[in-house]
Amino acid sequence: MLLIECPFCGPRAEVEFRCSGEGHIARPETPENISDEAWADYVYMRTNPKGLHFERWMHQHGCRRWFCVARDTVTHKIRAIYKLGEAKPALDEPKTEGEGA
Amino acid sequence: MPERYLRQSALAHLGLESRAVDDPGDAGLVLCERAHLGKVGLRGDAGDKGFLDAVAKELGFALPLRPNTVAAGEDVTAFWLGPNEWLLAVIPYEGTPLAEDLDKALTGLHAGATVLTDSRTVIGVSGPAARDVLAKGCPLDLHPSAFPSGSCAQSLLAKADVLIYLHEDGGRFDLYVPRSYADYLWRWLEDAGAEYGVAVSGD
Amino acid sequence: MQRNRLSEGGRIDRSRPLKFTFNGRPYEGFAGDTLASALLANDVRVVGRSFKYHRPRGIVAAGVEEPNALVQLGEGGFEEANARATQIELYDGLDADSVNCWPSPDLDFGAIVGRFSRLLPAGFYYKTFMWPPKLWMTYEHFIRRAAGLGKAPKAPDADAYDKRWAHCDVLVAGGGPAGLSAALAAGRAGARVILADEQAELGGALLNGHEEIDDRPGLDWVADTLDELRAMPEVRLLPRGTVASYYDHNFLAVYERLTDHLGPQADAGPGNPRGRLWKVRAKQVVLATGAHERPLVFADNDRPGIMLAGAVCAYLNRYGARPGQAGVVFTNNDSAYRTALDMAAAGIAVPAIVDLRPDPGGDAVQEVRERGIEILANHAVVSVAGAKGLRGIEVAPIDPSGKGLAGDPRRIACDHLAVSGGWNPAVHLFSQSRGKLDFDTDLNCFVPGQSFQAECSAGACNGTFGLAGCLAEGHAAGVSAAEATGLTGKPGKAASAADRPEGSIRHMPTVPGKHPVGRGKAKHFVDVQNDVTAADIALAVREGYRSVEHAKRYTTLGMGPDQGKIGGMTGFAALADSLGATMPEVGTTTFRPPYTPVPFGAIAGRDVGALADPARTTPMHGWHVSAGAVFDSAGQWLLPDHYPREGEDRRVAVRRECLAVRGGVGIRDGSTLGKIDIQGPDAVRMLDWVYTNAWGSLGVGRCRYGVMLGEDGMVMDDGVTARLGEDHYLMHTTTGNAAGAFWWMEEWLQNEWLDYKVWLTSVTEKWAVVNIAGPRARDLLAELTRDIDLSNDAFPHMSVRSGRVAEIPARVFRVSFTGELSYEINVAAGFGLALWNAVMLAGQRFGITPFGTEAVHVLRAEKGYLAAGQEIDGTVTPLDLGLDWAISKKKADFLGKRSLTRSAMVREDRKQLVGLLTKEPGIVLPEGAQIVGELRAAPPIPTIGHVTSSYYSPILGRSIALALVEGGRARIGETVSLPLRDRTVEAELTKPLFYDPEGERLHA
Repeated sequence: MLLIECPFCGPRAEVEFRCSGEGHIARPETPENISDEAWADYVYMRTNPKGLHFERWMHQHGCRRWFCVARDTVTHKIRAIYKLGEAKPALDEPKTEGEGA
Repeated sequence: MPERYLRQSALAHLGLESRAVDDPGDAGLVLCERAHLGKVGLRGDAGDKGFLDAVAKELGFALPLRPNTVAAGEDVTAFWLGPNEWLLAVIPYEGTPLAEDLDKALTGLHAGATVLTDSRTVIGVSGPAARDVLAKGCPLDLHPSAFPSGSCAQSLLAKADVLIYLHEDGGRFDLYVPRSYADYLWRWLEDAGAEYGVAVSGD
Repeated sequence: MQRNRLSEGGRIDRSRPLKFTFNGRPYEGFAGDTLASALLANDVRVVGRSFKYHRPRGIVAAGVEEPNALVQLGEGGFEEANARATQIELYDGLDADSVNCWPSPDLDFGAIVGRFSRLLPAGFYYKTFMWPPKLWMTYEHFIRRAAGLGKAPKAPDADAYDKRWAHCDVLVAGGGPAGLSAALAAGRAGARVILADEQAELGGALLNGHEEIDDRPGLDWVADTLDELRAMPEVRLLPRGTVASYYDHNFLAVYERLTDHLGPQADAGPGNPRGRLWKVRAKQVVLATGAHERPLVFADNDRPGIMLAGAVCAYLNRYGARPGQAGVVFTNNDSAYRTALDMAAAGIAVPAIVDLRPDPGGDAVQEVRERGIEILANHAVVSVAGAKGLRGIEVAPIDPSGKGLAGDPRRIACDHLAVSGGWNPAVHLFSQSRGKLDFDTDLNCFVPGQSFQAECSAGACNGTFGLAGCLAEGHAAGVSAAEATGLTGKPGKAASAADRPEGSIRHMPTVPGKHPVGRGKAKHFVDVQNDVTAADIALAVREGYRSVEHAKRYTTLGMGPDQGKIGGMTGFAALADSLGATMPEVGTTTFRPPYTPVPFGAIAGRDVGALADPARTTPMHGWHVSAGAVFDSAGQWLLPDHYPREGEDRRVAVRRECLAVRGGVGIRDGSTLGKIDIQGPDAVRMLDWVYTNAWGSLGVGRCRYGVMLGEDGMVMDDGVTARLGEDHYLMHTTTGNAAGAFWWMEEWLQNEWLDYKVWLTSVTEKWAVVNIAGPRARDLLAELTRDIDLSNDAFPHMSVRSGRVAEIPARVFRVSFTGELSYEINVAAGFGLALWNAVMLAGQRFGITPFGTEAVHVLRAEKGYLAAGQEIDGTVTPLDLGLDWAISKKKADFLGKRSLTRSAMVREDRKQLVGLLTKEPGIVLPEGAQIVGELRAAPPIPTIGHVTSSYYSPILGRSIALALVEGGRARIGETVSLPLRDRTVEAELTKPLFYDPEGERLHA
């Protein structure tokens, strides 16, 4: 049960939230002009990193706002929380045990 | 107006009036339905001074802008729900002309008021075991140091969305619950309170 | 008579005798006993049979780590499997049976297995699974009977369980000297503290000995400390509360046993829960979980009467029960010398202490010497006699290599043997918290290293075994935890105790004996609960299972109810020995939550029975109940499925309801339909994005059908949206997808369309909806309203008007999901029942008939209208559904548009919506039935589609069905086959519209 600091309501238990998956996915500006592959990449393909991941979460049972979370998928450490529209923070990749070859 | 004799509260079917007692005795948990509160949902941009001023003028007090806080006038209590959302609780519940008045006052602004009187009901929770019972279903820390009198917060209670408000005098929590979940939540509260004893009080 | 009960001492109450039954025999114990201590006092030596070999086993430990004394407790709704006798507080009338033995532990049928133990080597199950599958059938029966511990109770659990959240500054796990010191320091500093301990009584190891604190009896200090803690309003003590699990972000689960010590409760239920699961979020955690003693691995070290030395102290000092009359101590460290002293003080003959070390030193050793007990240094126990209870041992000197013997064995008569191989800090919670373990070579055990969470270990679980150190570390941990949460109160001084120097430990993975491990008849158990021997570990290594995790799975080491609390480390040491590796190189298996089992009932809490899931009800629910409705659920809502009259079954009732709607007028509760209020100047822009069609041209007071797609082009939802005012719309969604549609739009508004001036408000529950449908619907509504012009011109199909209905302010939508003239009357929810009653009353002269969701389904299927979850199943595009007409050709873009032109979406052979009419009109196809084009004699027969909706249509007097069929629209007119379980049905593909194709009734 993670403790997530909603940028509006403060720290709350994970059960109040819904994870909306990877963040910073931009909708193509002119879908009609891109290939099937490029469109499918936008619709279906998401990264699934071991380690630092930039996600969107939504405070479903609270203020119902979406926001951004930089979370380590191995340790569940939350590295940063920021509002929509703010730039991705520059964070070091964590040194995660067992990572590498 | 058909209001007084036809309108039913969400928990009318439970016959709570007949169970209500004046003295809860040694019951650890005291429940009631506060059936006669009007509710208005208010949307607008907290960064828009025009909006805030217009609302303050209509209500007679300023909207709460800090998360999880409440502001109140004589007949209206305003709960902060989000950065652009408030819930107004209005006495009496026929007082929903407030929504129309607000709408008029907000003409030309990107703001809106919606009557939500029937969308939610309010369950009052008090008694010495009130915090223990709420802790059985609510992940919030309701300790006085973390949730002082006069606070509000939206969260979960069991499997229902609730707005929890602790009155200024610290004596009662009000749970604003979606109407269709009210029956479930009432039964849940009675079950969760069983080990402390449950009494029903009047509104 | 309690043969092994001491005449005085201990924390039992000899004035309160308690009767209990074990394996059908009556016994007596005292208040304060555990089942284990009472059995010991009654000289019950065999308490069960072992897991694999069915060897007789006795009590080994006094706490959670007990591997043998597992019992089936109670009966009926109170039955529990695999309860540890060491943790069962005795109550009057307790009834327990050994697990894993039949007919009794003394005469066990399964023991024959033990004689053929060579058939059950390490990896037996593993290897069996790898054999040809047909052999498994031969062995399965045998294994199912022999394997496993305990029996799953058959009756539903009669108890209720509670669970709750809790928040604190400092959670202290463990109520021994370190934990109490930490709680006291933190509490004094002003912290909100929760102290949980698995025992009924706080005090931890102090309860088992006679240590002194601050120059007085340790238990006096415990009593004073508890008094002080209880007086602190922000300190909560949870005795009988096991910190079971340590999760992320300092979230821990504590299981508190509330009534187990009282036995089955007559008033079991929510008012008297059996246990409480605490879900604790702690700012800081102090782990003071103590240590578990290690056994020594020697020949037949599992015989009844062989116990851990610390457990012997606990039984003597805490419970006034002795394990026998004459006992030997076998050790590799100083701690067991205290046991010898306690034994002697209790009147037990102690012929010798057998010590693996050549030159034992330390304070306790000196005391034993002074007491005149013989110390056999550099000796080992090499054999034991007495399969059902120890009768004697043989000891022999160890040769200088430490691998063999240096002399002939000597026999010593004794009925119990107290063993100590050193201590393992209980690092379970620390390890669960992702803390790193370090190996302490002096203590020969893993100790907490680098912390990962806001946590600190103190006392024995930190490798600090002496009392003085425990008190100091506990206090320091409490102080720093309080400081870390910003508290500045005065924590007071740490309690003190005498420092008692101890000699070092001599670690031997297996004790040298007469035969090397694996030779001879004797077994050297590393894990008694799972019957894993040192030879098994060696075999696993020879067969290539070199990683600790692999060796565990291959041998079953450390599995089962005790999760290796005794056997784990002993097994890892044997593994290191076989591999010629060090302990840090071997490491440990993962410590997983929970520390000890938590009842499923406690995890479920009150989310069971009627409260398992919210049942959402409409304002008219009570009416439906009184009318005898049979309910169906959709999206947690309870809705009438049909209203059977006297003598009607579902089929008959639904047909009557359908015909009433088609022929007269029906009434239905439509309140559950999702309703979203949309306000703002950009409402149309948003609708143009989320729906496939264009919204700019919709006039005020008019309604339009919309189809909502995901970006993958698949239909998510559909429904009718009305324009209520200039910038004001009301969207209807399907009942089950109301929340989904709301969040979908909110997500786009918040994430992408930040500049849109639109507010969404869910108003589903604001409105009660009474739907009247049928050719007489207008006549009926006319009876109820004066201020709405109901004429077809003034109030056409797909429009909305406001007015009063039955004097109640209402919004009336003329929309239809049945194909009939239909009105949906919306009033504030509080008026729902009043409106319903008024409509029913006015409808009497029209023969008004309540109809439920099943009739709705029949009626909508007759019209080919779509249902979420049936036709709309997440895999269909609007093109598949024949909704081309609802897709704007003019809009540059809408959500999902681009996907509709992907090559896979425009294939001719995609499944398309069609109708299906069986050749035999009486046959109603099962929904989900597969459709084949060409029927072949033998499978495989490729399927071309499936039935999505299927009903008997009363108005048509025949069955109808909707189906999704590959390239279906081009196949209309073709005959297909549906192979069912008992027959094959032929059907013709048709247009998905069976009734009133021109829609005359809608517009009537």
